[in-house]
Amino acid sequence: MLQLIAFSTLNGVLYGMLLFMLASGLTLVFSMMGVLNFAHVSFYMLGAYFGFEIERRLGFWPGFFVAPLAVGLIGAAVERFGLRRLHRLGHVSELLFTFGLAFVIEEIVQMIWGKLPVDYRVPPSLDFVAFRLFDTTYPAYRMFMLVTAVAIFAALVVVLKRTRVGLVIQAALTHPDMVAMLGHDVPRMFMLVFGAGAALAGLAGVIAGPALVTQPSMAALLGPILFVVIVVGGLGSLAGAFFASLLIGLIQTFAVAMNGSLAEVFGPVAPPFLGDLWQVTIAELAPIIPYLLLVIVLIVRPTGLMGTRES
Amino acid sequence: MNVRLLGFALCVSFFVVPAFADDTVKIGYIDPLSGGGASIGEVGLKTFQYLADELNAAGGLNGKKIEIVPLDNKTNPQESLIQAQKAADDGVRIITQGNGSSVAAALTDWVSKYNERNPGKEILYLNYAAVDPVLTNAKCSFWHFRWDANSDIKMAALTTFMRDRTSIKKVYLINQDYSFGHAVESAARAMLKEKRPDIEIVGDEFHPLLKITDFSPYIAKIKASGADSVVTGNWGQDFALLLKAAADAGLQADWYTYYAGAAGGPTAIKQTGLSHRVFAITEGVPNSASEAAQKWEAAFRAKLDVALFYPRAVNEMRMLAMAAAEAKSTDAKALAEKLEGMKIEAFDGGVAFMRKDDHQLFQDMYISSFGVLDPGAKFDEEGTGWGWKLIGAVKANDTILPTTCKMERP
Repeated sequence: MLQLIAFSTLNGVLYGMLLFMLASGLTLVFSMMGVLNFAHVSFYMLGAYFGFEIERRLGFWPGFFVAPLAVGLIGAAVERFGLRRLHRLGHVSELLFTFGLAFVIEEIVQMIWGKLPVDYRVPPSLDFVAFRLFDTTYPAYRMFMLVTAVAIFAALVVVLKRTRVGLVIQAALTHPDMVAMLGHDVPRMFMLVFGAGAALAGLAGVIAGPALVTQPSMAALLGPILFVVIVVGGLGSLAGAFFASLLIGLIQTFAVAMNGSLAEVFGPVAPPFLGDLWQVTIAELAPIIPYLLLVIVLIVRPTGLMGTRES
Repeated sequence: MNVRLLGFALCVSFFVVPAFADDTVKIGYIDPLSGGGASIGEVGLKTFQYLADELNAAGGLNGKKIEIVPLDNKTNPQESLIQAQKAADDGVRIITQGNGSSVAAALTDWVSKYNERNPGKEILYLNYAAVDPVLTNAKCSFWHFRWDANSDIKMAALTTFMRDRTSIKKVYLINQDYSFGHAVESAARAMLKEKRPDIEIVGDEFHPLLKITDFSPYIAKIKASGADSVVTGNWGQDFALLLKAAADAGLQADWYTYYAGAAGGPTAIKQTGLSHRVFAITEGVPNSASEAAQKWEAAFRAKLDVALFYPRAVNEMRMLAMAAAEAKSTDAKALAEKLEGMKIEAFDGGVAFMRKDDHQLFQDMYISSFGVLDPGAKFDEEGTGWGWKLIGAVKANDTILPTTCKMERP
């Protein structure tokens, strides 16, 4: 039992931190620009594919540094030449633009790398057993993912809370007009934040690629969960995104570990019309629990756990 | 403008004309070519194209060339019906499909209805891998033929093998959450209870089909349950990733599987280091096949660089060619009537026959384990240096199970 709890916690935190790397950028962009970027997970996928492409030519580590930068540049370009032009047309066109962009990126990825998963491997330098606990081993690569994600989180906090750039970004989150009045180039800042968000998503892709299968459907698999995270956390709230990521990571992992069903609690005989529902275990419900949480949060607290505004 | 139009018309006719040409027989291959099932859908497609080339070199079906038309269904029943309709509109009269019994159930319904409404344009449905027993029982159809042993047949053979392995004490069942996974689970439960009542089933899990990319939480649970053996019907990436997670966590258990040999599976097993502790039930084992079959497989591997995961596809295409020759026609109804009850020397030896009552093929089945190659063994898998080793065989006649099919013939 202890073993199950220990490893579920590790796995849950890891998954949560990975979600956070994506959610942080998405939620920052949303709060600054009011745009829910549907293509955000596509940057995650691009990161994985760029990482793979560089890995097979130069090795993992060059990819680890270069791929996020490349994705960040693409993100900045998308903002500069796409979203900025659409900005005056209102949020609907921006939303549709990112929605379409997600499909375009997926198609391009399929054209270049094919529909099959690519063989993106864990680097040999990290391919060993990190530790052994209760007879279960934990791979070093997963520890590396965890450490990277925590480091990124720490760096984000420092940049946003302790630097001048961070102050300006925070100000622009709530009062963009005022920040512009004070002489800051707000559109340029939008571009930087969008690019940085894309780079973070790209980095998440680079490190998740070898562990979670690099394939064209990877964006579509993660996308819905990501929206749950930022809505539950509260749109625009970085702290909210952090806690919601961990919460959802842990809930999903622990739900898989549980076997309880209504039948176990209330006895094997199901009331009429509840036959199948009676037997379903929590583990089988695991994939939909985050969405259930989304619905409940929207009903009970539409601003999310730590959000301040409702839209 | 006119020149352009003419050019366009020429291009169109260039693409369209062969479609209506009378000298080809088109076989619609409806299987996943994208999404989680793509890795094995792709292997299946290559296999069928290879088989079509082979038959074409020998004159095709009654002199008509076979053309395999790939149709991507994303392992989704609704998408499959759209693809099937598209194929039917394009003049395809034979379809083949394998991955996903949920897809197969939808397709067999659709084919029956289509054939009722379109007399003279009937479609024949050749199923090479969807093994939910219901397809040849309650949902059987005159137009549907199955070349793979159904799930109950496979589980009967696996559990008979497990009966004599006294080291098995605690078994964990993990399966995909759809019709096939549930069929595997219920058969495993029932048959283990009958053959080895002393075995304790310590876990019984269903997970979403082809959506999970990290099985670590499931492996942690298997580990915590103390299971010494795992029974799974998982296929495609659901098997490969399950074993990958098992390797990461260092899970030491025996695996009793249906589809360990599919793309990515052998690589993942090698990572676990469990030599000859992963067992699979199949209709052929390359390392102990007849000399002719080995020669055929060597050529196949040399050309495609993948293992022959579907010997049943070879049986399917050979029987299709026989049926066409006997019927002197490629009309669906004529082919179906010849396929019913047909006997053939199976690719891996032994006589296989298509039971007329339910259109289920019965063939010799083999249990093999994956691990370090015996000296002299010819084939390793996916460059791992490990290969399959024959452990036991079940004769076709011993795999026969009764059917509840009430076939409606046109």
